[in-house]
Amino acid sequence: MNIEGKKAIWSEYQKEIADDNYFYVRSCIRQNFFPGSEVAFLKIMREELHKDVYEHPCHTTCSGIGYHGDVVPVETAMTVVARQFALMTEAGYQNYIPSCITSFGLYTEVLETWHHFPEVEKKVREQLWKATKREFVIPKNLAHASDIIFKFRKEISAKAKFKLVNKNTGEPLKVVDHIGCHYAKMFPSKGIGGAEYPYVLAGMVEEWGGKVIDYPERRHCCGFGFRQYLIQANRGFSIACSKEKFKSMQPFEPDMIITNCPGCPMFLDRWQYVINEMEGKRYGKNGEGIPVFTYEEVAGLVLGYNPWDLGLQMHQTDCEPVLDKIGIEYDPEEKHNTSIYNEKTGVHGFVNV
Amino acid sequence: MENYHDLLMQDIRFEEGLNACMNCGVCTAICPAAEFYNYDPRQIVDIVQSGDNNEIEKLLKSETIWYCGECMSCKTRCPRGNAPGLVIMALRGLSQDLGFFVESEKGRQQLAIKRTVGESILNTGYCVYLDGIKPELHPEQGPNWEWVYNNRSELLDRLGGNYKGDGPGILRKIPEESLEELKRIFEVTGGNKRYDRIEFYSRKKAEELDLELGEGTDNEYFKHIYKTNNGSHTK
Repeated sequence: MNIEGKKAIWSEYQKEIADDNYFYVRSCIRQNFFPGSEVAFLKIMREELHKDVYEHPCHTTCSGIGYHGDVVPVETAMTVVARQFALMTEAGYQNYIPSCITSFGLYTEVLETWHHFPEVEKKVREQLWKATKREFVIPKNLAHASDIIFKFRKEISAKAKFKLVNKNTGEPLKVVDHIGCHYAKMFPSKGIGGAEYPYVLAGMVEEWGGKVIDYPERRHCCGFGFRQYLIQANRGFSIACSKEKFKSMQPFEPDMIITNCPGCPMFLDRWQYVINEMEGKRYGKNGEGIPVFTYEEVAGLVLGYNPWDLGLQMHQTDCEPVLDKIGIEYDPEEKHNTSIYNEKTGVHGFVNV
Repeated sequence: MENYHDLLMQDIRFEEGLNACMNCGVCTAICPAAEFYNYDPRQIVDIVQSGDNNEIEKLLKSETIWYCGECMSCKTRCPRGNAPGLVIMALRGLSQDLGFFVESEKGRQQLAIKRTVGESILNTGYCVYLDGIKPELHPEQGPNWEWVYNNRSELLDRLGGNYKGDGPGILRKIPEESLEELKRIFEVTGGNKRYDRIEFYSRKKAEELDLELGEGTDNEYFKHIYKTNNGSHTK
């Protein structure tokens, strides 16, 4: 085998990811539907990996859902993005990590556009100055938050209390990975493994003891489609896409699904509920649902965090079958009991860490 | 009649998204929207590439440009490096700027996106914010969402959020000065102009259809565009 040739072929699927000193921007969708995931990410970065991660209180939405809902013009979206970069510059950071795949795709698109059309960048700089009196330096490194967890997957593994292994059989859990369209479909060179062999989630799963399932519709969109979900009359498209994926993965009997994008886990979780309501059909083994997780939730479980601290009680499709298989202990009474929550409030002390 | 191809050329995404299409149809083969809708991105790119002004105008007034989900699977697969998804985005932008979007059922939905996501950006600093994701409007979220929604304050405290609080953190209140900056960005870059045009043409359409269009989401026209599906869009 020609190793040099192999290296050359795979070089285009590699990606540079900064080591430390990150400027973190949150996801609208993840904050609403998976808040525990962003909390877990910051806890892992700061308390487990001892990295410097800064969050600016004045950052906002990147406007990405409005942009892909086609109500926000491209010039506006680019200038909102430029403002986020200005906040990073003013805070003295160079490594930009968004929590959202739609954002990551938009940031990548904007940077590529500016690279190929410098006159557009110049105009955006003028518009940003006119609107806010801010200036910015282009990030030295742009990585999605999952890229960072991928980079440190071995360090997380070294601290792990659990593996993605069925404690009764000793077999690896069978895991479906779903990386989200805007991670690498638009700009394959910006994602680990590119669009053909995305490895960002698969690398985590394999490192933490699980086995990744390859199935025909692995790269199919979850069905968000922006306006295809935002408008009630269009949601047939959204559910049909998720159903296509469930049908395709079912013969492989997955134990769980791990996701990259903030929206995808919500759709893959909720549409399972809706399909069951409409058709009395579930796609997991023995007629169960297939639990869906964010990558931060999976990292947190592996590290031994309390499932209810991670926010798994916000899922519609129950996560317990996976917890039981791994052997993670939990208090069922605590799941939906807010009076117990009140006792635990502040236990994390994560806010403003 | 304006030259629509020239107007499209003013959109940077059109320049980025269309080189020379050879009509192979790979984009249509990979497209999730083409699986579901009466939709063929290859045909759209072919029409736009032809420069036929009458045909482009028909497109701008059509249902078909609103079927794409902007997943950009087409961008990955095109052997010529085109991005039909970007061409669609340019067509949608022009359709709204010229007021043609109200001529199709799917196009009219833009008012609903403007009044929900669009206004949320300027009013909260988020594309969506928890308080607006009401269970009665989102039955697909399931019964657990009702519990989440009703216990959102305690739940976010438990999870380490900063719900409506000052400083950084999850679902924090975005400072007024930051919202003001967003509003000025929208003013300077044409975002407000786009919003105003969507409102203007939607109001005219509502009058034509004899449907009441008040503010917000609780009015006849909004409910009509948000919920109506005439059933002719799919295969």
